[in-house]
Amino acid sequence: MVHTSLDVVDEKISAMGKALVDQRELYLGLLYPTEDYKVYGYVTNSKVKFVMVVDSSNTALRDNEIRSMFRKLHNSYTDVMCNPFYNPGDRIQSRAFDSMVTSMMIQVC
Amino acid sequence: MLQQFEDALVQYDELDALFSQYVVNFGAGDGANWLTFFCQPVKSWNGLILRKPIDMEKRELIQRQEATLLDLRSYLFSRQCTLLLFLQRPWEVAQRALELLHSCVQELKLLEVSVPPGALDCWVFLSCLEVLQRIEGCCDRAQIDSNIAHTVGLWSYATEKLKSLGYLCGLVSEKGPNSEDLNRTVDLLAGLGAERPETANTAQSPYKKLKEALSSVEAFEKHYLDLSHAAIEMHTSIGRTRSARLVGKDLAEFYMRKKSPQKAEIYLQGALKSYLAEGWALPITHTRKQLAECQKHLGQTENYLQTSSLLASDHHLTEEERKRFCQEILSFASRQTDSPGHKIVLPLHCFAQLRDLHFTPSNAVVHVGGVLSVDITMCSQMPVPVRVEQIAINVHFSIEKNNYRKTAEWLTKHKTSNGIINFPVETSPFPTSQNNLPALELYEMFERSPSDNSLNTTGIICKNVHMLLRRQESSTSLETPSGVALEDGAHVLKCRDVTLEPGPNRITFRTQAKEPGTYTLRQLCASLGPVWFVLPHLYPPAQYDVYSQEPQLRVEPLADSLLAGIPQKVKFTVTTGHYTVKNGDSLQLSNAEAMLILCHAENRAVIYSNTREKASDVSLRVQSSDKVTSISLPAAPAYHMIEFELEVLSLPSAPVTGGESSMLGVTEPHRKHKDTQKAGHCMATTDHKVSIDCPWSIYSTVIALTFSVPFRTTHSLLSAGTRKYIQVCVQNLSELDFQLSDGNLADPGRGADLQLVPLNAKSPQHISSKQSVFFVWELKWTREPPPSLRCQFSVGFSPASEGQLSIPLKPYTYEFQVENFFTLYNVRAEILPPAGTEHCRTGSLCSLEVSITRLSDLLDVDKDEALTESDEYFSTKLMYEVVDNSSNWAVCGKSSGVISMPVAAQATHRVHMEVMPLFAGYLPLPDVRLFKYLPHHSAHSSQLDADSWIENDSLSVDQHVGDQLDSGSIRSRGSVHSASSSEHKGLPMPRLQALPPGQVFNSSTGMQVLVIPSRDDHVLEVSVT
Repeated sequence: MVHTSLDVVDEKISAMGKALVDQRELYLGLLYPTEDYKVYGYVTNSKVKFVMVVDSSNTALRDNEIRSMFRKLHNSYTDVMCNPFYNPGDRIQSRAFDSMVTSMMIQVC
Repeated sequence: MLQQFEDALVQYDELDALFSQYVVNFGAGDGANWLTFFCQPVKSWNGLILRKPIDMEKRELIQRQEATLLDLRSYLFSRQCTLLLFLQRPWEVAQRALELLHSCVQELKLLEVSVPPGALDCWVFLSCLEVLQRIEGCCDRAQIDSNIAHTVGLWSYATEKLKSLGYLCGLVSEKGPNSEDLNRTVDLLAGLGAERPETANTAQSPYKKLKEALSSVEAFEKHYLDLSHAAIEMHTSIGRTRSARLVGKDLAEFYMRKKSPQKAEIYLQGALKSYLAEGWALPITHTRKQLAECQKHLGQTENYLQTSSLLASDHHLTEEERKRFCQEILSFASRQTDSPGHKIVLPLHCFAQLRDLHFTPSNAVVHVGGVLSVDITMCSQMPVPVRVEQIAINVHFSIEKNNYRKTAEWLTKHKTSNGIINFPVETSPFPTSQNNLPALELYEMFERSPSDNSLNTTGIICKNVHMLLRRQESSTSLETPSGVALEDGAHVLKCRDVTLEPGPNRITFRTQAKEPGTYTLRQLCASLGPVWFVLPHLYPPAQYDVYSQEPQLRVEPLADSLLAGIPQKVKFTVTTGHYTVKNGDSLQLSNAEAMLILCHAENRAVIYSNTREKASDVSLRVQSSDKVTSISLPAAPAYHMIEFELEVLSLPSAPVTGGESSMLGVTEPHRKHKDTQKAGHCMATTDHKVSIDCPWSIYSTVIALTFSVPFRTTHSLLSAGTRKYIQVCVQNLSELDFQLSDGNLADPGRGADLQLVPLNAKSPQHISSKQSVFFVWELKWTREPPPSLRCQFSVGFSPASEGQLSIPLKPYTYEFQVENFFTLYNVRAEILPPAGTEHCRTGSLCSLEVSITRLSDLLDVDKDEALTESDEYFSTKLMYEVVDNSSNWAVCGKSSGVISMPVAAQATHRVHMEVMPLFAGYLPLPDVRLFKYLPHHSAHSSQLDADSWIENDSLSVDQHVGDQLDSGSIRSRGSVHSASSSEHKGLPMPRLQALPPGQVFNSSTGMQVLVIPSRDDHVLEVSVT
C-alpha cells in the first residue's frame, strides 16, 4: 500500500515541479485514502519521501498534527544524514532516530 | 442567482461537517441521544441515487425520522452532487464520493451499527458505479479520458468491493457457490430492494450489474475481469503502474482461485519485477509465495525450486514456512532419481552465500607436492541443516608465461596477504536494488589552454558512465536460471557429504599441488542430488600458485659488515627446494688463505619448514683440514631451510703506506692505502672468496665475503730542535670498542744505531668507537741518521666487550716510511720595538729580525742542484719569505729574498726587515718560510703549488739581484725595479722547492709580541662580534 501510494507521490511531485522550488510545500497531504487506512506523504527537497499510514478510525490526527510529525521526522532524518559515518542508502541504525520515531508512535497511540 | 449554488453547497457542507463531528463525538462517548436513532440496523443498501435532483424518498424518510445513517448521508451527498454538477465541477464529485464512501464505512463501524456481511460492499459498489455513471452522463468522452486520475479511485474501489463480494458469495471458488453462499447472495439481493424506475430501462445500471454479477459464477467472472482490466488500464494510462500491479496481483489471486495459474503468472511476475526493482522486501516475499504456488501448479520445476530456495532463505517468512519450502527442495532432490544425468542448475546465492575464503599456507603459495587447503565459509540460508552430497570448486589451471617473475622467492615475498579473501555480502537478496549499482567513479578534470597553460575548463568526469547509465536489465527475472554454465575443468576441489547448518559453515578442501603454475578458483558448486547450486563466478578472484624451486645456498654476514681481525659470525642458509638433503650430504668449503673458519665443538643448525616454522634443531659437524672445511648437513626434507652460523676470522692485512711521510704538524691524513679508500671515515675493505661445493650441484658456488679493517692509522713526524718524535694515530672506525695493547714501533732495517724510545702508557688502552688513540716515540740516533727510515707499527687488539677469546688474534700492523727527518735549519724570528720604546705600537714600524741557522755539516740530503762548491766551501741557496696570513702585520718593503747559505754547522744568516702591526694586543709573529732555491736549468720536476708559481713569477722579476749574495742589497728595495735583467726573458725561471718539514725547525713558532695601541688614534675601530 505504501508502495502504491508512491504513485500518487510521484504524480504530486511532478505536478508541483511547475511551482517555484522555494515555495514548495514539502507536505503532500493525504495521498491515498482507503477504507481502513489513510496514507500521508511528505517529500524533502532532495526527493526523499516519507510515507505515513494512519488507521482511518483514528480521528484525533488532523492534517496539522500529521504535518508536524513529518517535520519532526524530517529533522531527525536530516540529523542522521549529517552523521559522517552514515552511508546514504544504508539502513538507518541511529538510536536517536529510532527513539524519536518510537516516541512519535507512542504519542499517537 | 450567481451565488446561489455555491451558498447552498456551503450550507450542505456545513451540515455535513456538523454531522460528522457529532458522529465523532458520539463515538468518543459524548452523549447525543438523537444519534442513536441513526444506529438502527441497516436493512437497505441500495446505493446512492444521483439521477434525480432531489431524492424525495430519502427526504421523506428524514422528515419522518426513519432515515438511517446511510440514508442521511446519501441524501446529503446527492444534494451536494447536484450542486457541484451545476457548478461544472464533476471531478470534485468523484473525489467527494470516495471520501464519503470511506467515511460512511468508518462511521458505521464507529457507531457500531449492525450491518449484514456484504451489505456495505454492495452499497459501496452501487454507489461507486452510480457516481461514475452520473459523471459520465454529464461529460463527454474526451473530458473523462483526461480526468481519469479523479475517477480511477472509484473504479478500483468498486473492483475491490466486487472482489470481496465474490469471495463472500463463493463465486470465486472452483466449485461454485454452496448453499450457504447462495443464501447469503439472496439476502444481499433482497437488501437492494427493487430497481429504481429511473434506471429500469437502462441496460448498464449499477443495480443490474450487481444483480447479474452475483447471479452466476460466469457472470461474476466477466464483470470482475471487466472492472479489473478497466482499473489496470486506467492506472497504467495515468502512470500509476504500482497501483496497476496491485490490482494485477488481486487479479492473479483470483485466477489462482479459479485454477488457471498460467494467467496468474504474468501478473505475479510483473508485480515481482517491479517490487524487485524498487527493493520492497515484504511485497516481494508475498508475491514470491504466490508465484511459488503458481509455478508448482504449472509444473515449472526449475523455477519452482528456485523460488522455493529464495523463499526458504527469506527472513521475512516464518520459520515454518521457510522449512516448508526448504523441505520442498529436499524432497525433490531425493525423489527425482529416474532420469540420471539431468541436472537442475540453480544459482547458489539463494541457497547459501560464500563469505570468505582462506588459504593455508596463508600466502596461497605452495611448492610442488605440498598440501594446500582452502577453507571457505559458507553462510547457509536454509532454515534447517542440509546435507549436501558434494561441494566442488572448479579450478582453472594456467602456466605462467612470464615465469621469471613467479620464482619461488618472488612469490613468497610478494604475496604477503593474510590469505583471507572476503566476498562482499549481498545486503539484500534483490540483485537489482540500488545498492548493487557500481559506485560512482568521479575524477577531476582540468583542461588547460595549450598556449599559456592557463585553466580553460574544469569539471568532474564520471569514468564508469557506461556502467551506470546502461539500461536496467530485467534479466534477473526469476524464470531464467541466469544462464549458469557449468564449467568442466580438469581440476576440481571436492568435498563430499557436507552438512550445512543454518548460518556460517566452514568447509575445508585439501589438495596436493602437482604442476607448477597458477590455479584460479572459478566456480563453486553444491550438489544435492540432481539439484546443483552453482556460484558462476568467484569475485574477487582467488588463486593459488604452485612452484618448484632449485636448492640454494646463501651466505651472509650476521652484522652489517664483517670486521677483519676478529671472529665474525656468518650465517649459512640452505634452501633445499625440491632437493632432499640426505644424511651424508655436506658442504665443502675451500678455504682462502687469509680467512680462517673457526671450528667450535658445538655448532647447531636449525631446520625450518617452508612457512618459517621451526622444525628441528640439530647439531652440525664441521671438519676442517688446511685446504677444505667440510660441513655435514643434517638430513632435511624438501622445501625446508637449514640455517647455521659459522665464525670466520679474516687476518688483518697490514696496509703499507707509500713512501711519502706526512708533514710536520699536518693533521690531515695524507696516506695512500693499497685498498680503495672512499670517504674520510670509510673503512678499508678486503674481499675473500670462498668456493663452496654443494651436494646438489656439480658446480661450486663462489661467495665473496667482504671484511672491513676497523682501524685507520696515520703517522706524523714531530720535531723539537734536533730531537725527533714519531706520532702514530690509530682511529677506530667501527662501531665496536676495542682494547689495544702492546703498541710497538720497530725499525726492521736498522741496527742499534737508531733507537725508538716509547713515550706511551704500558697498560692496554681502550679505544671507543669512532675515537682515536695516539702513540708517540722519540727517535734517537747515535750515528748520522739515514735519509729515510722504514718503520713498522704493530698493536694487539681485541674487542673490548668480549672477555677471553678462544684464539690468539693477530696484531694490527702498519708500515710507513719517514724521510728527511733530520733538522737542517733553525729559523728564528724576533720583533723588536722601535728604538727608545718599550713596546710595539700599532701603526709604527718595528723591525723583524730573522736568523736562519744551519745545524749540520754537509749531509747526503743536501746534494742537489742548489749546492755550489767553491774551495771546499759549500753553500746552498735558500729563499725565505715572510707571510702573515692573519693580516696582523704589514710587511714593509720586500717580504722575501734569496740568500746563499754556507753548508756548515752553525752558519747563520740574518735578515732584517720592517713590519708594522695593524692591531693591538698579543700578536703571533708572521710566518717565515724557507724554500730551496734551485737554478733555472734544473730539470727537477717542481712540486710547487699554484701559489708558489705566482711568487715565482715575481721572483723572476725581483731576484736577479739575489746573485749578489748580499743581504743588504736585497733590502735595498729601491733598486729592484730599475734593473730588469736578461733573466726576465730567460725562461725557464728558477724554481723553488719546499724543504721537507723535518729539515726546518721554526723555533719561534707560537711566540707572541705585545702591541699596544697608538696614542693618537684618530679613528677608533670597534668591531663587535
